[in-house]
Amino acid sequence: MRITQGAFSFLPDLTDTQIAAQIDYCLRNQWAVAIEFTDDPHPRNTYWSMWGHPMFDLQDAAGVISELNACRQSYPQHYIRVNAFDATAGWESVRLSFIVNRPSDEPGFRVVRREGIGRTLHYTLESYAVGRRPEGERYAT
Amino acid sequence: MGANEHVAIDAKKRYQAGVLKYAQMGYWDPGYEVKDTDVLAVFRITPQDGVDPIEAAAAVAGESSTATWTVVWTDRLTASDKYRAKAYRIDPVPGQEGQYFCWVAYDLDLFEEGSIANLTASIIGNVFSFKPLKAARLEDMRLPVAYVKTFRGPPTGIVVERERLDKFGRPLLGATMKPKLGLSGKNYGRVVYEALTGGLDFTKDDENINSQNFMHWRDRFLYCMEGVNQAAAQTGEIKGHYLNITAGTMEEMYKRAEFARDLGSCIVMVDLIVGWTAIQSLSHWCRENDMMLHMHRAGHGTYTRQKNHGVSFRVIAKWLRMAGVDHLHAGTAVGKLEGDPMTVQGFYNVCRDTVTKQDLPRGLFFDQDWAGIKRVMPVASGGIHAGQMHQLLDLFGDEVVLQFGGGTIGHPMGIQAGAQANRVALEAMVLARNEGRDIANEGPDILKAAAEHCRPLRAALDTWGDVTFDYTSTDTSDFVATPTAA
Repeated sequence: MRITQGAFSFLPDLTDTQIAAQIDYCLRNQWAVAIEFTDDPHPRNTYWSMWGHPMFDLQDAAGVISELNACRQSYPQHYIRVNAFDATAGWESVRLSFIVNRPSDEPGFRVVRREGIGRTLHYTLESYAVGRRPEGERYAT
Repeated sequence: MGANEHVAIDAKKRYQAGVLKYAQMGYWDPGYEVKDTDVLAVFRITPQDGVDPIEAAAAVAGESSTATWTVVWTDRLTASDKYRAKAYRIDPVPGQEGQYFCWVAYDLDLFEEGSIANLTASIIGNVFSFKPLKAARLEDMRLPVAYVKTFRGPPTGIVVERERLDKFGRPLLGATMKPKLGLSGKNYGRVVYEALTGGLDFTKDDENINSQNFMHWRDRFLYCMEGVNQAAAQTGEIKGHYLNITAGTMEEMYKRAEFARDLGSCIVMVDLIVGWTAIQSLSHWCRENDMMLHMHRAGHGTYTRQKNHGVSFRVIAKWLRMAGVDHLHAGTAVGKLEGDPMTVQGFYNVCRDTVTKQDLPRGLFFDQDWAGIKRVMPVASGGIHAGQMHQLLDLFGDEVVLQFGGGTIGHPMGIQAGAQANRVALEAMVLARNEGRDIANEGPDILKAAAEHCRPLRAALDTWGDVTFDYTSTDTSDFVATPTAA
């Protein structure tokens, strides 16, 4: 399966030129761009590891692309996403987030059902990859 | 009509038993200086033939505050000058003979804090049936910060909703389950599952899906949540279904809301027809339970659509933002339901701004400071399809839920394909816009290019590409020369 988190997962994987164009858009909006990575892509895993701090006061996309390439080199089989953060009053949150790297094989999730009274079910999602190996070794290299 | 009929008369004559002109009773005050704490309203009035428009405006102010048809001495036991609303300005409506905009100011003390029921009982309580007026419409209101601050507003708001869903930088996608009536719970949940797995973020109960014989509410909730969770597992994304908890009593609605919560739903839905107090109660419940509240504006067309009589939807949107809803159907402009594009954009501004600026072509008469209460996510739903993606994104931007019901479920290759087509069209359009392309003009080319790597999108464009709903709008701006077109 293909995890479809992020703004562009239904499109073919973005090229670095396309990624740079999106980063330029973020910079035009004066958003701070950040890179994050994980090998636990559970949709409720809010806190991916930060590849350094969000890049404030950046002038062009090249800086982000070189950081991204460094991150990819260290974590080629992790999920990596680009986040853009807007500090404007009333937003103060992420305004754009998209995946820029993913493992070659994505085994996905299964639904675990716990039956309760009156036919109710309590659901939880369990990642096949997270269950089978410890952090850092979860996806094939 | 003598000029003195518009002038308040001195107290001694004022309180002799009998009938006076409303203007003479002090409800017309052209010199009134509006206070920052006043509640302001603009009404469009159509006085009966021969009725003086100033007197009609004064009557509106009077009947929506302290007045009755005759003089009452008991006014003198109160600081009546303060409690009396003042009509302070009247303008002919451009291009509409016999219609006037009348501006009325109300003192803050006239209203109970945190109660839309009280606000509306005053402002629209009985003036709309008033005989000297052929018709009246509440066009817009300015709610002072001091009053807005007495409301808690949306329980979740756009920012927190996106953080909970982990979805940023694009409109959200939804679909209303069809057919509206008749599916069993099990079959209904199948549609939910297919649409969400295909790529939508949300699916939705329709306004009249409650608990009929063909599908009792518990059955629907159970099967829908099975679909939601299965779809989340297959996509690795958070998914949701607006479970409609509208019911005959408050007790029953709370019961349904609690069941939705206990099954792990992130959102519940309610229809506008449950009424203001019920909406505020459910909003508080949602805040206590970390749930989002989706508002389906069922019934609003009965009083919002005709320009000469009723209440503009921009006012309803303001009241709903204060009452506290997270999602609000606010029109599509390009779809099957009523909506002049600029007028609809005005509704969106009311939902999403931190300060809404006066913008007459969009029907906004006042600056409105929202005092920090959260933003409402507008929902565009009704007769829209993937071929309109560029228009929708251009009109409404990212902070909107685009709902393609027929445009998902009616796809020739199936529901998942329909959802996928919509999601690919959306992502391709957002990507292109961010790259600096002129999507309003290049949109059809962008869609065509995206369809090259997505067969379902190609099929959607082939099926619906030429479908438009090009009818003249009823609720249009009074301040642009020609009606706007999408």
